[in-house]
Amino acid sequence: MDGKRRLILKGILMSLGAALLAPLRAFAAWPATAFEAKKVPEALNLLFGHSKLTTRDADITLTAPELAENGAVVPVTVSSTLDNVESITLLVDKNPNALIARFNLAPNTLPYIKTNIKMAEPSNIIAVLKVGDNLYSTSRRVKVSISGCGN
Amino acid sequence: MASQIKIKATLENGVTTVKTLMLHPMDTGLFKKKTGELIPAYFIQEIKCEHNGAMVMLVDSGIGISKNPYLAFSFKGGKAGDTIRVSWIDNKGGTDTAETTISAGNG
Repeated sequence: MDGKRRLILKGILMSLGAALLAPLRAFAAWPATAFEAKKVPEALNLLFGHSKLTTRDADITLTAPELAENGAVVPVTVSSTLDNVESITLLVDKNPNALIARFNLAPNTLPYIKTNIKMAEPSNIIAVLKVGDNLYSTSRRVKVSISGCGN
Repeated sequence: MASQIKIKATLENGVTTVKTLMLHPMDTGLFKKKTGELIPAYFIQEIKCEHNGAMVMLVDSGIGISKNPYLAFSFKGGKAGDTIRVSWIDNKGGTDTAETTISAGNG
């Protein structure tokens, strides 16, 4: 009896674990075509199936320097007060490839990331937060002195 | 070879903040050598961060992430002493993994 109960419990726990991991597993394949995209809408379409952005400047904070002396290392922080954020995607509209990275979050991961990115020329950094089928975004204009993407 | 990933995981007010620094050239494939020859793209494609074996952060990254990638993020549910594991894989199949334990902050 005891053994059977333990087995059932184990089964329940395992399926619970699988359910929690499912959203992250679904993204496991590296999205090669999205990284090859030149423009922001193309990259978004390939990642999410649509590129309809809803601007939510009040709910998403994107911190980046106004002037980046060195385009090879531009510090970027994104945080948000939105609930149920599944991923945070960073794009730069004038880079040779617009998509920088997508940060997939688990349900217990907070909508916050900090990283360093490369920028080719003065352009907009765009943060896109996926909540269900919605893409919420904010952007920030950054000037660049020295390109970080090639010559 | 010893891992070249640095990780710091600190617990404060129920939130664990993970800061990690990886060693990688992150070559874009757009720069040329002095000889005019292109330096081929060589970059981390995926960064996985796990808390006690459960994924808390999975990054799809490209050439736009800076050399020696830095990443910070936070999650709920961690306890002091829990294991944090960070691993990456690059476009040539190279990989690195490191582990640390969560340390209690001041909170």
